[in-house]
Amino acid sequence: MIDVCDDKAVSSDRSAGPRINLAHGGGGQLTDDLIATSVLPRLGNSVLAELLDSAILPGADRLALTIDGYVVQPIKFPGGDIGRLAVSGTVNDLAVCGAKPLGIALGLILTEGLERKVLEEILDSIAATAKEAAVRVVTGDTKVVGRGQGDGIYITTAGVGAAGPVRLHPDQVRPGDALIVSGPIADHGMAVMLAREMPQVQSVLVSDVAPLNGMIEKLLDKTQGVVFLRDPTRGGLAGVAADLARRTGWHVALEEKQIPIRPQTWHAADMLGVDPLDVANEGKIVAVVRPDAVAAVMDVLRHDEHGTEARVIGVVEDRPDGLCELRTKMGGSRILQKPYGEQLPRIC
Amino acid sequence: MIAQAVLDAPEVTRQSLSRLRSAAARLGRGVKFMEVCGTHTMSAFRCGLHSLMPANVALLSGPGCPVCVTSQGDIDQLIELARRPGITLCTYGDMLRVTGSQGSLEQARAEGADIRVVYSSLDAVKLAQADRQRDVVFAAVGFETTTPATAAAILRAARLGLENFTVLASHKLVLPAMRALLESPDVQVDGFLCPGHVSVIIGAAAFEPIVQKYGRACVIAGFEGPQIAAALARLTEMVADGKPALENLYSQAVTEEGNTDAQAIMYKVFAPADWQWRGLGELGGSGLAVRPEYAQFDARVRFELGRPVSRETPGCRCGDVITGRATPDQCELFAAACTPVRAVGPCMVSSEGTCQAWFKYRRVNNATKVRSVS
Repeated sequence: MIDVCDDKAVSSDRSAGPRINLAHGGGGQLTDDLIATSVLPRLGNSVLAELLDSAILPGADRLALTIDGYVVQPIKFPGGDIGRLAVSGTVNDLAVCGAKPLGIALGLILTEGLERKVLEEILDSIAATAKEAAVRVVTGDTKVVGRGQGDGIYITTAGVGAAGPVRLHPDQVRPGDALIVSGPIADHGMAVMLAREMPQVQSVLVSDVAPLNGMIEKLLDKTQGVVFLRDPTRGGLAGVAADLARRTGWHVALEEKQIPIRPQTWHAADMLGVDPLDVANEGKIVAVVRPDAVAAVMDVLRHDEHGTEARVIGVVEDRPDGLCELRTKMGGSRILQKPYGEQLPRIC
Repeated sequence: MIAQAVLDAPEVTRQSLSRLRSAAARLGRGVKFMEVCGTHTMSAFRCGLHSLMPANVALLSGPGCPVCVTSQGDIDQLIELARRPGITLCTYGDMLRVTGSQGSLEQARAEGADIRVVYSSLDAVKLAQADRQRDVVFAAVGFETTTPATAAAILRAARLGLENFTVLASHKLVLPAMRALLESPDVQVDGFLCPGHVSVIIGAAAFEPIVQKYGRACVIAGFEGPQIAAALARLTEMVADGKPALENLYSQAVTEEGNTDAQAIMYKVFAPADWQWRGLGELGGSGLAVRPEYAQFDARVRFELGRPVSRETPGCRCGDVITGRATPDQCELFAAACTPVRAVGPCMVSSEGTCQAWFKYRRVNNATKVRSVS
């Protein structure tokens, strides 16, 4: 049991072997060593280096706070890893609420026997992603559990942000508003699912995991008329769109032929028997935008590296049924609902 | 032969739908067609086909989802086996949530049973090879599409001399189910949208008796919406013309005689046997039992399980749904006690099941017929 922040005495003696063992969670010298040699060189900054129980951050009038747990398997997947996922997920959760990320708290749960090299690679990835997002890891905690009690590495990240001036809330959505997605859907979920379920398959699928706070800040600074933002993570685009219809009470209509999806992602979903609309994204946003702001929003998105393939995919209609409808390529229509839980691959 | 690209073109879809409508106008009555393939069920719903169909043409989902037709007795045996110490049960993902009379495999797994989801029967053989101390049992379900793979797994286990690999087989054959439906006095089906994958194995000619003996139209089609629309147009035209026939619109994958290698391997290991179907009861020669020569790989023999005992869940109308006697919304449990999260019947568990398709993709113009789910 250790707190990363509760002891200033950091040993410089690197006596540990190449694997994490239970003693690394004991709060003693080995813990200090782990923090000093694996954590601080990667994530160190003036706030974290204080190693206090809490980080003291420059103040803000209104704070945004978020927390998420990450248990993805495999911990490294094409296009990212659990570290990049944790930082991006936390930063994006703050950004879609219009908040500017101030700092991240990092909780690590490691399993006895984890290779230190693997831990350090994940920490490097956390550091690189935090740098990309211009945010710091300012406090943290590390625990080690026995072999068989965990699965390599679990991460919990909490993020705190300064709430911005733009209010983003579903109660502002009204008929006529357009729905925009910032790029092709389902890449993250399908890349991870393929890596996990069919590691023998050579695939070109790459997760879209990325911190989007830069793009979102630009969007909110340079345009007016963005009324609501969501990142379509678990539950996918269907989950976000169905939620939007339910929460606003309006009819949300999506055009299937406008929804961007890469052919390889579509084929992987087809092979595993899942609907790409239900599949997680980790580097996309869905924006609800006033009709007169669509052109400006598309312009900002398309000039950002994470939004070059943004598309207008639907509209909020003046029918108070609270349903989300997909108008299909064939000209038919069906209801989109939020998916229920773990996606079970089909038999054949 | 119509090329796939041509069938998928939007113009062809429009033509198919327009032919479907004009043939439907000539019918002067309502007709019911049935698909017997879970992938057709999902695809038709996903592309919103039902919202485009004339009011007097209905597409029913028949006994084509392998999970949905698996009897409770079969599932009870799987769960009983999975709970025994020293056994690893390998299953396709769909089977996890189906409830037998004693809960589901998912619940058994949470209680400590060693149950693993596999994508291929050969993955189960690999597991058995890697740990010869454990008895690996493969839950073998499905129609002619998955049976050759199960047969291949048994043959590989035999070659490897594996003594710790068995299958608990509930494989079934499509044609006996179609015949049983046509012989039920209260089931009205005017024609079949024949399954794509199964037809690849058994061949187009296998459906000839449905036309010859029962006078029903049969069209074999691929899985995309435009192909299903083209098949429905042909079926409706045949009924309107009074000329039921067998047509193969999926000839790039389906030949007359089918995949004879796959058939050979399947019948080398399995022999037709009477089998219990959910909703249809016991049908003569409708299942596949492991041949006595391969009895050492038959979990029912190895673990002395005997014949599965069939029980049905009170109130659940999955049986009526897969025979076309009822639509999901006519079941008292639908969207109330039975949802994808807490599925009572197998048609709600499987992503190919009719009830889940209704629940998930219910039509806008039909929304009022379906109870609120939120």
